Amino acid sequence: MPDAKTPRDEDDDVATDVALDTADGAMAPSPVPASSQGGTIPHAAGGSLFRQIVTGNAMVSVLSVLLAIVLGGILMAVTNPRVAETAGYFFARPGDMLSEVFKPYVALVQGSLFNWAGADTAAQLYPITETLTVSTPLIFAGLGVALAFRAGLFNIGAQGQIIFGALFGAYVGFTWHLPFLLHLVVVIIAGLVGGALWGGLVGLLKARTGAHEVIVTIMLNYIANFLLLFLLTTPAFQRKGSTNPISPFLDQTALFPELLGPQFRLHAGFLVAVLATVFVWWLLNRSTLGFEFRAVGANQSAARTAGINVPRAVVLVMALAGALAGLAGIAQVSGTEKYLSGGVAASIGFDAITVALLGRSTPWGTFFAGLLFGAFRAGGVAMQAQTQTPIDIVLVIQSLIVLFIAAPPLVRAIFGLNPRKKKNATGGHGSGTGSGATAGGKIESGAATA
Amino acid sequence: MKQSLRANLKRGSFAGVATAGAAALLLAGCGAAPSASSSGSATKSDYTACMVSDSGGFDDKSFNQSGFEGLQAAAKDLSIQEKHVQSKADTDYDPNLRSMVQQGCKLTVTVGFLLGDATKNIATANPNSHFAIIDYSDPTFPKNVKPIVYDTAQAAFLAGYLAAGTSKTGKVATFGGLNIPTVTIFMDGFSDGVKYYNQKKGKSVQLLGWDKDKQDGTFVGDFKQIDKGKVLTQGFLDQGADIVLPVAGPVGAGAGSAILDAKSKGTDAKLIWVDSDGYLTATEYKSVILTSVQKTMATAVESVIKDDKDGKFDPSPYIGTLDNGGVALAPFHDLDSAVSADMKSDLDQLKKDIISGAVKVESKSSPKQ
Repeated sequence: MPDAKTPRDEDDDVATDVALDTADGAMAPSPVPASSQGGTIPHAAGGSLFRQIVTGNAMVSVLSVLLAIVLGGILMAVTNPRVAETAGYFFARPGDMLSEVFKPYVALVQGSLFNWAGADTAAQLYPITETLTVSTPLIFAGLGVALAFRAGLFNIGAQGQIIFGALFGAYVGFTWHLPFLLHLVVVIIAGLVGGALWGGLVGLLKARTGAHEVIVTIMLNYIANFLLLFLLTTPAFQRKGSTNPISPFLDQTALFPELLGPQFRLHAGFLVAVLATVFVWWLLNRSTLGFEFRAVGANQSAARTAGINVPRAVVLVMALAGALAGLAGIAQVSGTEKYLSGGVAASIGFDAITVALLGRSTPWGTFFAGLLFGAFRAGGVAMQAQTQTPIDIVLVIQSLIVLFIAAPPLVRAIFGLNPRKKKNATGGHGSGTGSGATAGGKIESGAATA
Repeated sequence: MKQSLRANLKRGSFAGVATAGAAALLLAGCGAAPSASSSGSATKSDYTACMVSDSGGFDDKSFNQSGFEGLQAAAKDLSIQEKHVQSKADTDYDPNLRSMVQQGCKLTVTVGFLLGDATKNIATANPNSHFAIIDYSDPTFPKNVKPIVYDTAQAAFLAGYLAAGTSKTGKVATFGGLNIPTVTIFMDGFSDGVKYYNQKKGKSVQLLGWDKDKQDGTFVGDFKQIDKGKVLTQGFLDQGADIVLPVAGPVGAGAGSAILDAKSKGTDAKLIWVDSDGYLTATEYKSVILTSVQKTMATAVESVIKDDKDGKFDPSPYIGTLDNGGVALAPFHDLDSAVSADMKSDLDQLKKDIISGAVKVESKSSPKQ
């Protein structure tokens, strides 16, 4: 193992940090150790209950989203020519400009939660079902990324794992012809296997050769993507009589049943996503294996000393993470898309990283972060269609959220929530604030596990 | 992620300018409010035409953009309402198309084969709405979908003949975005045009980047990696090619910049643009654009919208050919002097022969009648 080369004192540093981060195991570690994020550790601050709540991680997440929405609103306002036009007579009739500024957000709500302007109940409820539908693959892939985070692995490879899951599942879905339910189960298993292979390969390379998982996963993303594009040019993956790179439709028996009838896209895959969240929660918090994963994530040396088989844990956690991402691929091919195309994974694998970080790498946090992202995606469609706001603005808001999540001290500083510094121990990596320190922390935490 | 970051950057710099503008406008915000009745939409017809892009976006300098220009021209000329949504990924097609129907669109134009299945599904579920799809045809489409397709090989044949006759090194090259019919139909036609020139003139001009018999060649892998288009083009230039036909939408810009680089170092090379007249749409490369293999989509889209508005919607496919002007070779513009008078008369004759059927242009990607 390459760890052997790590200088002794650095190991000690890491051990101290981990003890701080987890309060000696009493708390779940955050994906990026809090001690290397710079700034201070809010939980250690003590003080009043109120202070603990408002400076807590959940509050920071909520404030990040709020901040992003406000900034996004300003962006929408200044990029919309109608706003400029109505601003011309702002003092004569301010309502015009304000309604122009708020229209996109109204559309966002109408497109993601409830459309009160809908003609019938189905049209009114369509948005919320759409949010759940779009969230499903994000939740699966987010769980995969979060699980690897908890074992200290920065899994950038969800994209490739989704593609592999979709590839395996779709192939079984359109070439084999099995009875209903059995076919779906076989497709799901194929997707799990596909994702697990692609994820497990990363774990194997890391455990055996010490290759850094970030590089390996990024490269495997490319390989998976181009393999998919190549396969789609071969007759085995094309429709009869067509040379377009689109696979045949999956058999009806291989599809997730629609939950609310054909006018909605919501499918049973969402229920599987709920089950997967419960499973990951159980795995991490109630099982021996999950404890091993967390121990490896907290400190590999300590885990090894405690008798944990670290290489085995690394391979297993990556295979499980890959299997979860593979399910996202199944949610695409058996749920919404019903066929395989070059863009079947969209940017879900990368959004999943955001989802996992936004959910603080906890299973339910990831679940709700997935729902939020799903709502943005679903609402983005209505924002475009109703108010002709460019879809780029939705992406800007999402990127702003990532930015603020990645720099909790920044958000705390903006809202004046930084607890007094002297009150608690700062991490071994200094107490610098801002995103620079955070980025440094990330790289270090990655390197420490290499 | 990379793409959205790039979009953010673009948006960011724009926002800076816009903020300054908005601030100035706010200062001048004391104007009188217009009377409520004078809003522009009151004079417009209730008819709404809509468009959904594929993941290339409306600014792809290719078929999304051309189609979008048609939609905007129709909105202006016919004074109708228009709505458009841009798809960021393949997974957006279905929801985007549904939202257009919910918005009350009478005719929705979709762009590209990737939207084929979504268009078919939504059209089947909404038999009272009309749809048109650019660059894709499916015999199983319901009766409310009109395919708009192009026999691009005809115009590409002319481009191949022109390139072979204009090349000084005796080598021309092409590359595509993806190995898909709407791309390879250009390459097939180009390849046949070069071959025809060799037969006619007893020359042996070589084509790099596409083998029509094997239906395989050089591809970028998508329609996004402009830098890869540049690298591929440099490779072709190093192998001695001096005319390059990139069939990769916005990636053509990479080929353009490689050729400009080569030109600044004294190597003479030329570019053939695709889809739109590159001299007008990709002006930064106009000094090296010999011609363009055009698909006049804007006109087709506008006429389909007009027919539908007049109640004359008809689901039979529109097939653009040299004969009906749906495909064409663009003017030579600044490089007019690089094309000999003989070549020009040859091209005129060849065009007539293709239209009359005397010269057969065949591609397995050609749209079927």
